Amino acid sequence: MSAVATVRTGYADPRAVAARVTDPEMPMLTLADLGVLRDVEVEGPGRVVVTITPTYSGCPAMATMRDDLVHALTDAGWSDVEVRVRLHPAWSTDWISDEGRQALREHGISPPGAAPHRDGPVPLNLMPTRRALTCPRCASPAVEVVSEFGPTACKASYRCTACLEPFEHVKEI
Amino acid sequence: MNHVSDHDADHDSVYDGLLGGDDSQWAFGTDFEDPLAGVDTTLPEGVDGAALAAYCLMLGDDALVLSHRLSEWCSNAPDLEEDIALANVALDLLGQARLLLARAAAADPSVVPVLPEGSPVPREDALAFFRDQDAFRNVRLVEGDRGDFAVTTVRLLVASTWRLALMQRLVTSRDAVLAAIAAKAVKELAYHRDHAARWVVTLGRGTEESRRRTEAALATVWPLRWELDRTHEVERTLAADGVAVDPADVAAEVDVLLDQVLAAAGLEVPDVKRTGGLGGRTGRDGVHTEALGKVLAEMQSVARAHPAGRW
Repeated sequence: MSAVATVRTGYADPRAVAARVTDPEMPMLTLADLGVLRDVEVEGPGRVVVTITPTYSGCPAMATMRDDLVHALTDAGWSDVEVRVRLHPAWSTDWISDEGRQALREHGISPPGAAPHRDGPVPLNLMPTRRALTCPRCASPAVEVVSEFGPTACKASYRCTACLEPFEHVKEI
Repeated sequence: MNHVSDHDADHDSVYDGLLGGDDSQWAFGTDFEDPLAGVDTTLPEGVDGAALAAYCLMLGDDALVLSHRLSEWCSNAPDLEEDIALANVALDLLGQARLLLARAAAADPSVVPVLPEGSPVPREDALAFFRDQDAFRNVRLVEGDRGDFAVTTVRLLVASTWRLALMQRLVTSRDAVLAAIAAKAVKELAYHRDHAARWVVTLGRGTEESRRRTEAALATVWPLRWELDRTHEVERTLAADGVAVDPADVAAEVDVLLDQVLAAAGLEVPDVKRTGGLGGRTGRDGVHTEALGKVLAEMQSVARAHPAGRW
């Protein structure tokens, strides 16, 4: 066994550790479920490099995600943790895992539909965005959009006209 | 003074010891971070760093100043949903500005104002908070007073329609960083443009008062539209290099889209004279209106009072 391998046996698997870190604003989702965690590479004894992709350009949760990753990996014994940003390809809600979608639904948040894939110019849409959604509380399809913007950068606001409860929908990008 | 220093010695910080010196437990960390950490910012072959930086400042300053004007609606919008919507749009634009200013700083470090030795203020913040008015490269369209909700909405429609059309073409830029920033921006701007467009239709087809105000807003905003379409020397050079987009190439598409929105709203394209520049120089050249000075006074005062990042 090489010296490096011997040293490494003392560390927890960095992929597993990083994958367990949760989103600060939607803590039912791990960064892996959210699709933000792109890469975890061991670069030497005690050194690990994590690559993440921002969700929205201005999402303030990115700094917290970075800090939480450093914290979790440091706690797991990695002494030199670097978090890098990858801008390309841009994050898409299509990267949210099936487990993540299920977790969102269970916590009363409507998961995103398929993100738009456009070849030409983005078409102008003057009507309310149509989405085939069901209320995450009562499962009724009788829902209406309140606003395309919500309490975090990634969500739209909806209300259910059957049970009258408001809910959030992770909007497609 | 003794009293003050004793007080300081007794209580360095009320938060001392709470977390055992572990900074990473703070909600947003106590360190600044580089939004381009680990991103390859090498200049594409044959591209002039100074020109690329100037171009990034144009697009970045448009977003930064418009973001500031939109954020003024926070707690002042007509209803809670709109308050949140405008704050979200402002936040997206602030994020785009941050990436673009960081790209400018990496392309040409000499554009970044020099701060006191040891200042932790990152380069994109130094650009945002420590440049004077004549170093800003935004169009004058985005800097005017926020006005009423109609003025804000019409301005957001014009600015986001142009920016979306431009960013859609910028995704093929030879500068991979700019291309990546543009690809992300397109996704965000599609929501901004359609939001503003729906409101213009609502206001145009709403009450007599909402229509009157929207017509007045068109008369306020339209005289400054031309500046977006005019090709600056920096844009011309970099567009020829395959790095930038010549705004002349998006003008027709923007016209068509704005005509569609106004037609749906039952509003006429206003017949107004354009607001001239100063000897042909405009916002892209650092020639601004008085309004930008007021934006910067508010936006920059705290950072300028604490250039070392300590208080």
